Amino acid sequence: MSRRRRPATSPPWPVTLPAVLALAFLTLPVIGLLVRTPWGHLLDILTSKTSLDALRLSLETSIAATIIAFLVGVPLAWLLARSEFVGRRLARALVTVPLVLPPVVGGIALLLAFGRRGLVGQYLDSCCGITLPFTTPGVVVAETFVAMPFLIITVEGALRGLDSKLEDAAATLGAGRWTIFRRVTLPLIGPSLIAGAVLTFARALGEFGATITFAGNLPGVTQTLPLAVYVGLEGDLDQAVALSLILLLVSIAVLVGLRDRWLRTGSAS
Amino acid sequence: MTDDSTQGIHATIGIDRGEFTLDMSLTVAPGEVVAVLGPNGAGKSTLLRGLVGLTPIDRGSIRLDDVVVDDPDADVLIEPAKRRIGVVFQEYRLFPHLTVEDNVAFGLRSAGFGKQAAQVASQEWIDRLELAALRARKPGELSGGQAQRVALARALATKPRALLLDEPLSALDIATRQDVRTHLSGHLRQFAGPTVLVTHDPLDALVLADRVVVLEGGRVTQEGTTHEVAQRPSTPYVASVMGLNLLRGKALAGIVQLDDGGELQAPDASTVGPVLVAIRPAAISLHAHRPEGSARNVWQGVVDNIQPVGDRVRVSVSASPSVVVDVTRSAVVELGLVRDTSVWLSTKATELEVYAG
Repeated sequence: MSRRRRPATSPPWPVTLPAVLALAFLTLPVIGLLVRTPWGHLLDILTSKTSLDALRLSLETSIAATIIAFLVGVPLAWLLARSEFVGRRLARALVTVPLVLPPVVGGIALLLAFGRRGLVGQYLDSCCGITLPFTTPGVVVAETFVAMPFLIITVEGALRGLDSKLEDAAATLGAGRWTIFRRVTLPLIGPSLIAGAVLTFARALGEFGATITFAGNLPGVTQTLPLAVYVGLEGDLDQAVALSLILLLVSIAVLVGLRDRWLRTGSAS
Repeated sequence: MTDDSTQGIHATIGIDRGEFTLDMSLTVAPGEVVAVLGPNGAGKSTLLRGLVGLTPIDRGSIRLDDVVVDDPDADVLIEPAKRRIGVVFQEYRLFPHLTVEDNVAFGLRSAGFGKQAAQVASQEWIDRLELAALRARKPGELSGGQAQRVALARALATKPRALLLDEPLSALDIATRQDVRTHLSGHLRQFAGPTVLVTHDPLDALVLADRVVVLEGGRVTQEGTTHEVAQRPSTPYVASVMGLNLLRGKALAGIVQLDDGGELQAPDASTVGPVLVAIRPAAISLHAHRPEGSARNVWQGVVDNIQPVGDRVRVSVSASPSVVVDVTRSAVVELGLVRDTSVWLSTKATELEVYAG
């Protein structure tokens, strides 16, 4: 066997060592979670009433938050991307606030706005008898608040990047603005709509701070998965780990799903 | 002819875009194909956007048949969707997410036809443009020529009052261009309304159009039948795209004194005063020695540049007048042509196109 000659391409150790450390730092916690998972009675834990309630509530509220974000967020994204109005820059900046705001602060802000004595909440209470804090709709409100910016920013970016040539072509074919939006614009930004919706769903599913502040931690009513994990840490560690595993799986599914989406369709060409 | 004065496109268009201004008039009769020929940046796209309604005009008015679609003075501006102008865009702009069939039916769907009805109505155009076999394909799966036919079918299916084509052949490779051009010519002839063809390719204008409007720097610099424009260019741009030498001078008693030096014998003495002289590069011969013979125009010069064009060679000669000459490859060898070679040029007076300019 002849020795194969290779050019010296291995990176210098001052680069390699920190890089390996960084990778280990990012992966070890996940490995720790997998190692500590009570595989033997995992099914029992996950089918317990607390777990099932939390899982069901999390799915319901996250899906509801995603739908609401979609219904009002896409139109807002369109306005931000396509129309000129006074205060558009300010509006765009405000949209990003929930992204950088600590969720707990978001929760308090929500209380001050939609609480029983809140800016809007007092009228909701007095006129329609609607109370949001410490209710399941309150969870949806908290999740929508923190997650919708992901959808708006993704879709707005897609709309800005979209060449208006196809929309112009549609106009010459007699299509009105609504028809163009429905039959040309929306399908063309389809991949970004899905990506934005998935990101929104994932963020809503993992929401903790704003939810616990605004909606509390009532099992079966406002106790979503992350909250159940937190409670589990105090009493039943096995349950906390098992529920964490579910959240981990969802995160990985989101990552894989998004990557697949973007690879397959990419931007409209 | 009685109706023609009100039918078709009657446009006086002024559009300001920063430093650039477009100011031109355009009249196109029903059934007529007018080519707007111009270099890049001449204002062709601006004109098209103005006609279609994507850019409102700043001055003038646009009338389509008996409907005013844009008139800033009268505060009339009809949006693109209501103008019923069919457009075949450069690069075609087919909807990538729709099949060929749905692309063709798009205009009819927009007009309120149901899916079923729109497909039935667009069937005619699918057949006419031989798209039946491609109906289920997406635009990404079409060749350039096929995409162009889909774009044409999509525009015609809306039964437009006028048809605009923006560089309809520029997206195609040279090999298919000729073939597609011939097909396109047939379809344009069948269209009963006015057609405007925007192009920078003189061959498109010559093959497809009845009349040519030359646009340079936002102004019309020449207008006439394709034959006139091809034979008697009035600007250096037109002459160069038509592949002609264009010289300017003054004619008197059958002799043209050229502005840049030299003189040429005209075919006759009928034209007097400021004239333009167009000479085909192939109508000029090169010689190593002063030629004996019937050619009336003989002058001497120095080879400036040599460039192969197809199976011929284009030689630029610095002389009075300076011209480009097309010769065969063997002539280049026989005459030993290189840069700075001294040569004699000759051309018959009858090869000169002399006209007032």
